[in-house]
Amino acid sequence: MSHANIREFAPSDVARRRRWLTRDRLIALLMLMPSVVAIAVFVYGFIAWTGYISLTAWSGIAPDYTFVGLENYRTIFRSVRFQTDIRNTVVFTLFFLLSNLILGLVLALLVDARVKGEAIFRSIYLFPMAVSFIVTGVAWSWIFTPGNFPSDPTGINLLLDRLGLDALQSAWITDKRVLPEFRPSWARTKLGVPMAMLPVVVAATWQMSGFTMAMYLAGLRGIPEDLREAARVDGASEWQVFRRITLPMLQPVTLSAVIILGHISLKIFDLIMTMTGGGPGNATDVPGVFVYDITFNANKIAQGAAAAIVMLVMVAVLIVPYIVYNARTEVER
Amino acid sequence: MFGTRRWTLLAALLTLVSVILASCGAPADTGTTGNTGTTGSPAASTAAATNASPSAAASTAATTSASPSAAAGTTAGSAAAGAGKLEIFSWWTNGGEADGLNAMFEVYKQQNPGVDIVNATVAGGAGTNAKAVLQTRLAGGQPPDSWQVHAGRETLSYVDNLEPLTQFFKEQGFDKVMPQLLLDQLQINGEIYTVPVNIHRSNMLWYNPKVFQDNNLQPPKTMEEFFTAADALKAKNITPLAVGGKDGFEAAHLFESVLLATLGPEDYTKLWTGDATAWADPRVAQAIETMSRMLSYANEDRSAIGWSDAAQRVLDGKAGMTIMGDWAEGYFLSKGAKVNTDFGYAAAPGTDGVFMWLSDSFGLAKGAPHAEAARAWLAVAGSKEGQDAFNPKKGSIPARTDADKSLYDEYLQWSMEQFASNTLAPSATHGAATTNAFQQTWSNSLEVFSSNLDVEELIATLEDAIGDLSQ
Amino acid sequence: MSTTALRPVRRRPRIWLYAIMIVFAGFYLLPIFLLLITSFKSFEEVSLSRMWDLPRGLHFQSFTRAWEAMGSSFINSLQLVIPATIISCILGSLNGYVLAKWKFRGSDLIFTAILFGMFIPYQSVLIPLVRVLSGMGLYGSINGLILVHVVYGIPITTLIFRNYYASVPTELVEAGKIDGADFFGIYRHIMFPLSIPGFVVVAIWQFTSIWNEFLFGLIITSAPEKRPVTVALQNLSGSQFTQWNVQMAGALLVALPTLLVYIFLGRYFLRGLLAGSLKG
Repeated sequence: MSHANIREFAPSDVARRRRWLTRDRLIALLMLMPSVVAIAVFVYGFIAWTGYISLTAWSGIAPDYTFVGLENYRTIFRSVRFQTDIRNTVVFTLFFLLSNLILGLVLALLVDARVKGEAIFRSIYLFPMAVSFIVTGVAWSWIFTPGNFPSDPTGINLLLDRLGLDALQSAWITDKRVLPEFRPSWARTKLGVPMAMLPVVVAATWQMSGFTMAMYLAGLRGIPEDLREAARVDGASEWQVFRRITLPMLQPVTLSAVIILGHISLKIFDLIMTMTGGGPGNATDVPGVFVYDITFNANKIAQGAAAAIVMLVMVAVLIVPYIVYNARTEVER
Repeated sequence: MFGTRRWTLLAALLTLVSVILASCGAPADTGTTGNTGTTGSPAASTAAATNASPSAAASTAATTSASPSAAAGTTAGSAAAGAGKLEIFSWWTNGGEADGLNAMFEVYKQQNPGVDIVNATVAGGAGTNAKAVLQTRLAGGQPPDSWQVHAGRETLSYVDNLEPLTQFFKEQGFDKVMPQLLLDQLQINGEIYTVPVNIHRSNMLWYNPKVFQDNNLQPPKTMEEFFTAADALKAKNITPLAVGGKDGFEAAHLFESVLLATLGPEDYTKLWTGDATAWADPRVAQAIETMSRMLSYANEDRSAIGWSDAAQRVLDGKAGMTIMGDWAEGYFLSKGAKVNTDFGYAAAPGTDGVFMWLSDSFGLAKGAPHAEAARAWLAVAGSKEGQDAFNPKKGSIPARTDADKSLYDEYLQWSMEQFASNTLAPSATHGAATTNAFQQTWSNSLEVFSSNLDVEELIATLEDAIGDLSQ
Repeated sequence: MSTTALRPVRRRPRIWLYAIMIVFAGFYLLPIFLLLITSFKSFEEVSLSRMWDLPRGLHFQSFTRAWEAMGSSFINSLQLVIPATIISCILGSLNGYVLAKWKFRGSDLIFTAILFGMFIPYQSVLIPLVRVLSGMGLYGSINGLILVHVVYGIPITTLIFRNYYASVPTELVEAGKIDGADFFGIYRHIMFPLSIPGFVVVAIWQFTSIWNEFLFGLIITSAPEKRPVTVALQNLSGSQFTQWNVQMAGALLVALPTLLVYIFLGRYFLRGLLAGSLKG
């Protein structure tokens, strides 16, 4: 675009402008430099370090840089626990994204209906975002601790008991079931949805759905009203307006939300540590907890590094399509 | 006008960039110094290890001479002695344990006036966070002067970062006042590395005396008696055995008592030497079966409650018994409960006469910034005065056998007698018999077993982990 | 609004709307209710099976005890959060400005590379992090913690600002150039004033995430007197058992500043989002 502008100026001007532009370009580059350097060191440098360590035999406090190839990857992938963790993180991410997007959208539509007291409801839905996962985890672990139900329930089971809804009592975070349970020959762990993960999804959704709501709300209010109005004039029902106009217009918001929620979900750590500690068994264990446990409790630094690299690869799988899509829409713009 | 503003901004920008570049350039050099530091210390430690066998004195000499940074640290420490600093790292952040630690600090301050103690405590995650902080500090070349570690085999995980203290034990006379079996079990490759400040007992059964009285039950002495009592309680709709799991170690804690009961102290202790044949003993499988049977008498929600919640259920009479280390006593007392009326105690079934111990201890960092002050600290930690200041508050007994019994409550006095007269066996779950690497797999695999009762999976995981016992 | 005039106002659905919204509000307030009642109990009263019972009396001891243990950490957290948030905002907005309006060959690649930094699992970088910080002489200090939070905040702040600036018409920038404004001139006179709502979003986001962050605070500040408040909160619990009333009182105290930020600035947060910072 700058070239197009340059043509409009006299030759002497062009020379000046070009110099000007290059100087500004230089400044622009310089402004970017600190961040680029910092990211290069603290992100890519550390990833490289982690990648290198994952190929060594470092186990114990003192470093050991003996090269062992992919041995650590073999070890962790063979272990029941890490296989379980991969299953869990996939399940958690799917449920967490779905529940947040749905609940966020529903809340946004509710708040967008412009009822009286909208601001109060909006604040109530949004405030959990201000609370740290550690606090969230403690509170929800209390709520979802089932007790010896039905005779001696605690937490939500106790509430249900008092409301006469005993039938809804469940083992919640102590539920050992994996549904639907199946186990291909290559897997050392049961595949399916670990039921104990669902309360964790509820807690995480409690925390982040308000934020998703805020994003959708912003999206909704950015949709020009006349567009919807025109459709209504053409005889479209409210549902059709929503399906054909509102939802498609919200797609970019959904995408941003998926990225922000996705990175929280794949790295989830504090919440699991405080809410379930990974139990029952390893039913709610996730790679983040595994990395911490194996690195710092077992001092198996190299194996922890290998697990971290696997996490990063999983993240890349999620984010690369987004970036490609982003680049493509950019071109269209 | 625009021009001057631009140039000042540019100048500011350049300084910003240069500052960041400089600071990012620094890690490169420090990375290398860090590396030489870390590669230096294993060398020093191997020197120490090779010289260890002839004489302890020679090995300490070897360490100090081989590692100049350590020597420098020592001189700096002694130069600053009297008006220096001392950093003590532990996970005692709250309650009786923090009070006990502070009481020990008071003793230290009386003897070493002018030393400023930095009480670096890290709580949370059942000690996990403390281990994470310690690990990064050691890897980053920032060791605290002295840190808490479970006495015994767990010390092996830190051996490259600790000064041997065998000679120090002799100088201080600790070797004369601690039981010989304990001193033996403290040794790593022929050296003692840490000073134990207390002893806890792992194989303890806690029960509700009222519940037991109402059902005409006696605390079970054997496994058979345990199951008889459990049946009686189950018939009355009382959870026979309260088990936790939230803190990650409860299932493993229960299992080590079962193993001890099934194998007896001698064969039990052999399991932790890293000898695979010891694990092939059919009684190990038998112990797993017993554990499985015990869990059928336990609460279903065990993964969601911590050991203290389990203890609370016993106190409330909702459960009859729980098997937990004697820090449970501290919990009961903090809830205002009275011994023998609100809670009762006995050795875990089938383990009477054996004292399964675990101990908190402190070591001396290799290259400690304030080594002299740290040695003085270890002298206090191992002294009668220090231990008697610490333990009554912490709710544990001293590692020394010459303590002043009148300072301790009824249970602790009983425990002291047991400690002096029983056979000693080291706890696996709490690091007396196992390394960090093994403990982690051990706790996790038993937590999984507590959930799925899959005997084969447990055996397979433990077999894979035997190698971790020696690293 | 004109549409509501056009549509017939239906009474009954409004009531249902309120009912649904109130049910949701109950869901969001339940954990806070639990925190509140537990924190006013005495330790003897605290138990899972009586968790929904109201406290027998108002015991403020939990709060005073929590405050005694954490008060000084509050100052540390403020000393950490305020500079870190400000630096994050400035850095993020400059990055976003450059990446949105001063594109050069490879700038999208750099943006992608920066964005990817958001996904690094922090548990795995702790060891090299401590080494690098020790090398810079920043280990154990609040400045070190500021640096770490600023650096790991670059991806998200850059993303938000870049998306924000992308929605500013390029013609504005071109017009500024023709008027002879340079890089900073355009930034100061065009971009910055336009991006105030974006600053609010980023500031709130960074403030909350840094305030609530635990792992870095734990690892990087070793001395008790420099710890941020989340670490102090964890230290309220002993290694053996936790006094839940004190713990939950502490949790409420810790959550207070961020809650206030949301209650009072939530409106601007939404407005900022609306203005385009996260619309993709």
